[in-house]
Order: sequence, then C-alpha cells, then structure tokens
Amino acid sequence: MNAIFSVANKEFHDGLRNRWVLSICIIFAVLAIGLAYFGAAAAGKVGFTSLSTTIVSLASLAVFIIPLIALMLAYDGIVGEDENGTLLLLMTYPLSRWQLLLGKMLGQGAVMAFSTLVGFGSSAVMMGAFSGTTTWAELIGPYTVFIASAIMLGWVFIAIAYVISASVSEKSKAAGIALITWFIFVLVFDLGLLGMLVGTQGNVDETLFPYLLLLNPTDIFRLVNISYFADQNLTGLMAIAQQIQFTTAGLFGGLVIWLLLPMTLAMAIFNKRGL
Amino acid sequence: MNIVELQQVEKRYQGVSALKQLNLSLPQGEVLGLFGHNGAGKTTTIKLILGLIGASSGQVRVFGEDPTQSEARNLRRKLGFLQENVSFYDQLTGLEVLRYFARLKGVSTKGCLGLLEQVGLEQAAKRRVKTYSKGMRQRLGLAQALLGEPKLLLLDEPTVGLDPIATQDFYRRIEQLKNQGCTVILCSHVLPGVEKYIDRALILGQGELLASGSLNDLRQQADLPATFHLQGNNLQLPDHLAANAVVDQKQIQLNVALTEKMSTMQQLMSLSGLENLDVHLPSLEDLYTHFIASQGAIKQEANS
Repeated sequence: MNAIFSVANKEFHDGLRNRWVLSICIIFAVLAIGLAYFGAAAAGKVGFTSLSTTIVSLASLAVFIIPLIALMLAYDGIVGEDENGTLLLLMTYPLSRWQLLLGKMLGQGAVMAFSTLVGFGSSAVMMGAFSGTTTWAELIGPYTVFIASAIMLGWVFIAIAYVISASVSEKSKAAGIALITWFIFVLVFDLGLLGMLVGTQGNVDETLFPYLLLLNPTDIFRLVNISYFADQNLTGLMAIAQQIQFTTAGLFGGLVIWLLLPMTLAMAIFNKRGL
Repeated sequence: MNIVELQQVEKRYQGVSALKQLNLSLPQGEVLGLFGHNGAGKTTTIKLILGLIGASSGQVRVFGEDPTQSEARNLRRKLGFLQENVSFYDQLTGLEVLRYFARLKGVSTKGCLGLLEQVGLEQAAKRRVKTYSKGMRQRLGLAQALLGEPKLLLLDEPTVGLDPIATQDFYRRIEQLKNQGCTVILCSHVLPGVEKYIDRALILGQGELLASGSLNDLRQQADLPATFHLQGNNLQLPDHLAANAVVDQKQIQLNVALTEKMSTMQQLMSLSGLENLDVHLPSLEDLYTHFIASQGAIKQEANS
C-alpha cells in the first residue's frame, strides 16, 4: 500500500513539476470560460449563454482534447521507465508490477482529476458569479456531471495509454500508436458509424444501433452530457441515441467498465513484458 | 547458510542458451567478481539472482528462498542492486531520487543525505540529475544500492565512468561493507585494480563457466609463467634459464613457471652486473585473457 502511494505521489509531483497540471488547468479554463462567455457569438451576442448550450458545446470540445491530453500524459508510463533503465531497478525493489502500474494510475489520474476540476470548475465559478440568468443552484448539478464524466474520460484514456506503453519497446513508437488511437476513438469510429447508417440508408436495427455507441468511451461521455439536457436539439450521431434513453448512472457504469478493461489488459501485458 | 546458491542453473532465451549448467555458492561476507565479455552470461546470472527472470532449469536460492516467488519480495529489502547505465529521473534532484527509492524500499528517508555524502555527492544533492555527469549518476546509483544497509549487493559495472580516485574510494567502501558482513557480487569487464578486493573470481564465456576460484587458484589452473625483466651489464644467465629468455638491447625477458619463481629469483639475485629486476605475476587480466582464449581454441578445434 505504501509503495503504491509513493509511486502515486511521485507521479503527481512530476505533473506539477513539468507544468502538466498548470497547462491542463489553463487550457480547460480558457476553453470553458471562453465557451461560456462567447458561446453565443455566432448569433451576434456576447455574454453568458444558457447553461445547457455551454455544457453541450463544452462537452463536444472536451471530447477531442481530453483523450489527447490523457494519452500524452501517460503514453510513456512504462516504456519511459524501461528506456531510463529505472524499470529494471524498480523491479528489484519490494514493489510488484501491479503496484507500480496502480501507483502510476493513481498519480496521473490525480493530475488529470485535479486539473479538470480546477480548469472547468473555474468556468462554473465565473458563470455563477457574473451571469445574471443562471443561479448557483442551477449550476451545481450539470457541472458536477460534466466534470465527473470529464475526469472519468481522462482516466479511461490514461488506462488505454498504459496498454500502449506496456506493449511497445520504444517511447517514440508508443507516441505514434497513441496518436492513432486518439484518431480512431475520436474521429474514425464515429465516421464509421455514420457511414454505416448512410450506407444502409438508415436500414439498421434501431434498438441495436445506440448500443454500438457504448463501444466508444468518447461517445459515452457525450451521451452522459447530452442526456442530462434532454431538451437539446441533437444532431449527428448523438441523435440516434434518442431511441433509447440511457440513464446517467448507467452511462457512468459504462465508463467504469471502460476504465477497468484497459487497466486489466495493461496489467496482463505488463506482467508478460520481459526485462 | 549460503547467501546465494545456484545449482545446475540454465537459462535459454527462445532456444538460445544464455547460461549453461552454472553452479555457485556464495557464503556470507564474500566478495565475488563475475567476469566475462558482453553476452557471456553475467547479466543473466545477476537477473536470475534478483529474481527478475526464472531459470529454465536448475535451482536458484537467495537467502534460502526462490527469488522469483512473490513471497520473496520482502527479501528485496535486504538487497542492493546497481545496474549498468541507469539514468534515473532527469527532472528530480539527486536527493529527491534517493528519497523516492528509500520510500519504495521502506527505509527512513533521513539517512539519504548521509548516503549522498558518503558517495561524494553532497554538493550536488540539490541539483537536478539532468546536470549530472556519468560518474555522478553512477555514484547516485551506488548510494541507491546502499539504501537500507543491504546484506547482498549486486553491482553491474560499478566503476564505469568513475575516475581512478573515485574508483579507489568505491573499492574501499566495498571492503568496509564486506567487513560489516555484506556479501557482494561485482560484475565487470574492466579489471585493473579489482584484484585486491575480491575473494573469488568467476570467469564466464558464452554462458559457460570457464574458471572459478581465488586469484591463486586461477593462477595455478592457468599455469601461466611469471615474467622477469632484467636490466644490467653483461648479464650471463645460467644455461637452463637462458633457453627461456628473450634478449633485446635494453633488457632480458624471462618466463618461468610459477612454481620455480623463488628459486629463479635467488639465482638471478646472485648474478653480477644486475641493475634492475622486475617481476610480473599473471594478473587477473592475463588470466581472463588466457581463459577466454583457451575457450576459443577449444571451440575452433571442435569445429575443424
């Protein structure tokens, strides 16, 4: 237990030291405050827009950027230690592989959680303080769901990054695969589904199709935030999920599974990795 | 009880034999030198003892237990390891690195500064490892290996990158540890200077044990001659010695079997006109070269 905490502690401090925490906080805060304030600029207005518009557009931006940040943060988690020569050394310490991996997950997960909370939380505070139309009480629910799901999404991609990191022998290869992974989850998957819809001229099983969205954690994240505001006009891929109402808790459950699966896989691959 | 015990240990990587039938017992307080070329099986042996890899066949016991078992993980607190070319974490200071490893080992972090002093890094303790030279990283690695007063130290190429004075310091430190009852395995292909500090040497070549024993044992096994260099005016060697002598303008070189060293010396001392006499006994380096070369010769014979 102590060993796990030591590793986590080091990872978190690394995050502070190499300015990861600061950078992520700033990126998220600028995004969130900018969207909240200028979200209606296209309609010719400047000022705080409605809460639901803000969160939904924030979610559709965050879905691109969170996976990218998480993958960049964690892709060298194992292969980086290996290249440093410290992995071999660590394995001669009273520390098992699962403890090392879990410690890293906790530490880098904390970096992600802290930055997400501060970055996006700051926009909630701004909105509460300066927006005339939105009250604090209205803010808390949606922002809690949004921030919690954003943190989960970050963790899922940290776990996916570990799968990559445990599988390859060079850092640069891990970076390349991480980029492809991001591209597949964030763009290709949805395009594929859309292509399928168009190709079959909508002639697919309506009850089955929404479940395909659960195969991609970024879509689950979007569903969480969109389903929370059921009054929104949905466009694109998300519209097909309207057929089936997933509960917010159920979708969070989906994200938890998406966290456990790659974590288990990363552990299995890491255990087989030679030194 | 032997601290380390290997019985008929073999290790194969994808069918290729990295280590063949190695037997080794290491009693407490002994300093063992493990020598060989790259790929001779040194690192494999170290990894087997550390429990990082399992033996393909045979038995490995460290402190009486199988090091690959998870129950043996706590034994690792009694173990110090310094590997070749460790670069640590560039962003951390030397002290931070040492503290991190101390916490992982479950040792108090209070002793860290003292350890850095012992290896001569107290000035650099607050500097980032990024700015360290190779020798400084090596010393940091040594400090790391000494965390928690280990009972068994495994050092892979410990003196690489150290200057001669630091190397001497390092060997003296090993001697101190040995006197405190620490068992040490030194792994190296850099030999000069190490002879004095090891109790026993193990020479490996292509995964096979070529020779093992104290320096004297090895000298006897190798049967290499002692070499005399004589300088003087009009030296007349006795007939039976002159046959083995090579004479050039400056000096006479004479090879004599080790068993005849003393009697030859007495004869030479009584020569008239002798101005200088150097005696060179086969060094560890000579022995190493001899054993490696004789393995090569045997292999060639087998192939032809």
